[in-house]
Amino acid sequence: MKKPLIESKRFIEIFVPLCVGILFLVMWEYLCLHFKTPEYIVPRPSVIAKTLQKDYQLLFKSLLITMKITFSAFLLSTLIGTFVAFLFVQSRWIEISFFPYAVLLQVTPIAAIAPLIIIWVKDTNLALIVCATIIAIFPIIANTTLGLRSVNSGLLALFKMQNASRMQKLYRLQIPSALPYWFASLRISSGLSLIGAVVAEFVAGTGGQNSGLAYQILQAGFQINIPRLFAALFLISLAGILLFVLMLVASKWAIGHWHDSESQLES
Amino acid sequence: MKTPVIEILSAHKTYANGTQALAPVDLDFYAGEFISLIGPSGCGKSTLLKMVAGLIKPSDGRIKWWHSELATVNKAGKKLAFVFQEATLMPWTSVLANVRLPFDLQGMPRKTSNPLALQALERVGLGSNAQQYPRELSGGMQMRVSIARALVTEPDLILMDEPFGALDEITRNYLDEEIRNLSREKNLTVIFVTHSVYEAAFLSDRVIVMASNPGRVYADYSVTGDASRNAAYRYSEEFAKDCAKLSELLHRASLCRQKMVGL
Repeated sequence: MKKPLIESKRFIEIFVPLCVGILFLVMWEYLCLHFKTPEYIVPRPSVIAKTLQKDYQLLFKSLLITMKITFSAFLLSTLIGTFVAFLFVQSRWIEISFFPYAVLLQVTPIAAIAPLIIIWVKDTNLALIVCATIIAIFPIIANTTLGLRSVNSGLLALFKMQNASRMQKLYRLQIPSALPYWFASLRISSGLSLIGAVVAEFVAGTGGQNSGLAYQILQAGFQINIPRLFAALFLISLAGILLFVLMLVASKWAIGHWHDSESQLES
Repeated sequence: MKTPVIEILSAHKTYANGTQALAPVDLDFYAGEFISLIGPSGCGKSTLLKMVAGLIKPSDGRIKWWHSELATVNKAGKKLAFVFQEATLMPWTSVLANVRLPFDLQGMPRKTSNPLALQALERVGLGSNAQQYPRELSGGMQMRVSIARALVTEPDLILMDEPFGALDEITRNYLDEEIRNLSREKNLTVIFVTHSVYEAAFLSDRVIVMASNPGRVYADYSVTGDASRNAAYRYSEEFAKDCAKLSELLHRASLCRQKMVGL
């Protein structure tokens, strides 16, 4: 017999938060109307939606640029971060020598070094990508290194008894063991790439034709065009959620069949 | 005179932090013997087993495998297998691929290795579970996969470190019978670590009772029971006698530890 929709876990997981969201928007709309809040303080959701529709071309173009920077930075930090992690596990000496500098990269606020990068790197888009990469790379280095080291000691002993080569250990043991950690770091870094792209653009303050959503927010703020500011904000959040879901799906696809974090036991 | 498979010549182990895990031990293990190492925790039985596996080097003294070094023996095609306390399977791959692992590491083509792995799985009664993932199996089944992985290379010596410790009694008794039968069928040499007197008495031809502080051999006991053992053997008088004798030895071994630490 088919289960009623209300008993399906997946349905509840989507339906309940959706209801909360709708309720929130309705309350927001109602309260703004009731207190006659001016649009330049808090615009009503319906006004934001209308602005989104009206400024669609402008905002969508900016969204594309922000996403381009985000994806480039995400890709770069994944490639470089994974590579660095592999270097770290090859030798303790490499890790001891360079790990503090990876931490340094992590703890220095990007807003503080962004002006430098913007001076050094001529191409603005590239400068933004570099900033976002610096923000997003650390979780990948740290998690992947941890994952590559988190090998079951019994399996390691078994490989040793079979006289397995270094390469066999890496391919058959370390990489599979690291995958759950790696996917967890991708989830964090995808979000950080977006944050990096937005923050870097704020700091750079680039305008003109090729400006991203951060610039639209700055502009809207100067012009006291608060509905447009909210519309841009909405698009950024949407992009963030999209990235998160994308990573979730990728991780489920890749390791869901064996790793506990990705699969729910049937009850 | 039988020739020893393993000769332990005054091997002892002191760890870097100064703990003496094992005082000098002299022991010979012979081909086809089923030997159990039994003793209170901290008596160095796991350390001894890992030394025989070549996973830990003795601080001093020597171990010989078939009168020679482990590396030489490996090259000559003699094979060792180890079964851990936990099943220690790779969760990301199928049961079949887990059993096939020793062959994969040797670079054997799958066409040859798959049937062998399947055969080993059938021997432990899991032929139909080959394509499943380890997480889909119960604890006892996972342990059987682990045993199949140890058997697949037809090893000359199997080392088992409390393999059934985490299982319920019924599964444990069942697996004990299976492993005993398998070892007799193939005339395997098995060294089995356990802390159950009953398990040791049921499985072994010979039981090494160890004492702790520092870890050392306290007694070397030959089990009187005959070679073929089945479930009914557990109710036999011989078995009861062996169990009683081993319990006494184990008790004395643990007492002598208490005296030494001044309790």
